[in-house]
Amino acid sequence: MAPSLEESDRIEDVLAVPLKNAPTLVAPEPEHCPGPETETAGKADSCAGCPNQEICASAPKGPDPDIPLITARLSGIKHKVLILSGKGGVGKSTFTSLLAHAFASNPEKTVGIMDTDICGPSIPKMMGVENETIHTYAGGWSPVWVLDNLGVMSIQFMLPNKDDAIIWRGPKKNGLIKQFLKDVEWGEMDFLLVDTPPGTSDEHLSVNSFLKESGVDGAVMLTTPQEVALLDVRKEIDFCRKAGIKILGIVENMSGFVCPKCTHESQIFEATTGGARALAKEINIPFLGAVPLDPRIGMASDYGESFFDSWPDSPACKALKGVVNRVGEELGLESDGIVPED
Amino acid sequence: MSLDKVKHIVLVLSGKGGVGKSSITTQLALSLSLAGKSVGILDIDLTGPSIPRLFGIESAKVTQAPGGWIPVPVHPANADANIGALSCMSLGFLLRERGDAVVWRGPKKTAMVRQFLTDVLWGELEYLLIDTPPGTSDEHISLAETLLKNAFPGQVAGAVVVTTPQAVATADVKKELNFCVKTGIKVIGVVENMSGFVCPNCSECTNVFSKGGGKAMAQEFGVRFLDSVPIDPQFVMLVETGRKPVYPVGTQVNGVVIRSASPEERDKDEKDPALLVEKYLDCSLARTFKGITANVMSVVERDVTATAVAA
Repeated sequence: MAPSLEESDRIEDVLAVPLKNAPTLVAPEPEHCPGPETETAGKADSCAGCPNQEICASAPKGPDPDIPLITARLSGIKHKVLILSGKGGVGKSTFTSLLAHAFASNPEKTVGIMDTDICGPSIPKMMGVENETIHTYAGGWSPVWVLDNLGVMSIQFMLPNKDDAIIWRGPKKNGLIKQFLKDVEWGEMDFLLVDTPPGTSDEHLSVNSFLKESGVDGAVMLTTPQEVALLDVRKEIDFCRKAGIKILGIVENMSGFVCPKCTHESQIFEATTGGARALAKEINIPFLGAVPLDPRIGMASDYGESFFDSWPDSPACKALKGVVNRVGEELGLESDGIVPED
Repeated sequence: MSLDKVKHIVLVLSGKGGVGKSSITTQLALSLSLAGKSVGILDIDLTGPSIPRLFGIESAKVTQAPGGWIPVPVHPANADANIGALSCMSLGFLLRERGDAVVWRGPKKTAMVRQFLTDVLWGELEYLLIDTPPGTSDEHISLAETLLKNAFPGQVAGAVVVTTPQAVATADVKKELNFCVKTGIKVIGVVENMSGFVCPNCSECTNVFSKGGGKAMAQEFGVRFLDSVPIDPQFVMLVETGRKPVYPVGTQVNGVVIRSASPEERDKDEKDPALLVEKYLDCSLARTFKGITANVMSVVERDVTATAVAA
């Protein structure tokens, strides 16, 4: 059999009906098919006589009835921020946890992190709450509280053994993300940070469609300087544009490394095409700053400590504070008071 | 089926993203090719394919032939130099623009993975390396299922599992090892990537992402530890710009002194016309990978003999 080089689904179509999979058809779609997953499926004029008519007509229609519930549940949250990158291992979770710590350093503010990386959750370890479990009560699930004003939700809290693999296909992952939004008692919060897995697939589509109605402030894009990473980030930006997600800006992580012995600066991941700064300029999005590679950031993450507390005077810490302030500005917050100047 | 003429299938897996699955796949392929083996790479990372970029063939397109897709050739076999042929297949070759997002839900990804496994005309191959996205989801399940159904006994040699040393990474990779246990995929061994960075100025090695996590994890799970691979920015430069790796005099990697380029060589034009596989020989990592590859080949080929004897 010759392989099909058929046009892949248009992103616009996938985004328009994001939570439905096309029903399984028994025959090829006719010429003027309205689309098996659309509102008029099975009812259009061209459907008459199509062998698929019955299947299309009986497929569930209309918007997801859970979306109003999600919107109600999240109504007490002032700002919702997504942390995205097309590429894995660039520091999405590290940055999410640092951003949370920075926002939570103001005791007046309450911060939540929702970890939507189902197959590789890192947030619990980085926040030092890896061995916690979720508490259920009549109203739903309670997040795990790292500090009085910093709560976390992740699939890791539900695993019987911490190394268990989560071998799930898309629909199951979408179901859990929905539960995280619908059933978790987030309460009154100033910030909800949504950490995501790499790529542009089920998790991203779900987060986008579930949160559309309650409103997302925007996305912070993470990358490392080399083109192999930027290539995937471009795809993520393309996704955001098409999905109508505002990009708050891009952060370049692991940008340069200063040898602790001779203080010579090396570009470990060389920005052969100009790095995030050039990309930001090219596609006209704000550049939020560059954070140098500091082995102590990774170490603090491994031990579940806040890098801000452990190494407040390091150059990486100063750079990070700068980035956090820029994120705050893009969110329209008063720039003073986001990160205390201690 | 298109895998009929493939002798050994090796998966490259990791639960964690950005640990270097694609760059390890690339280097395994180059080393296997340098060992005279014919190699194919199948990149099933659908939303973030890196293989076309790493081989500098981003603008290449796949040709359609009766019966299937023809993979993109990287270099032909060269019997005199004992270099095996190398070709790749990736979703990147099917995109109109390199920055286009591929926004696919699970079922679509499943269909594509199946198609990649059944409709690519690989021809005679000794090794097919399958590069995967991070995680244990649609692509991985479909890959495991399709191979289970279609591959002949002993054809799927197992998986090379890639990690970086820090605990945050091994925590995810342990999940991948458990995935292998559950799906019956044999683990050939663990590679610890980004294990230390040697300062080009003072030769001091800094463990930027800690050290030893990969080995400890391999011991914990009772699987072979293949080697640790340091960070070499010259390798990044080689794949990104095609510049031949050059090292300051006296550079050592894993205790071995690396041949450094003469000043004339260093000033040479960046666009060296030599093949990537030839230039790679000058990379400090080529030696490390020669060892890893020899190890992988002996495990894979021994197992096949054992299966044959048992049958």
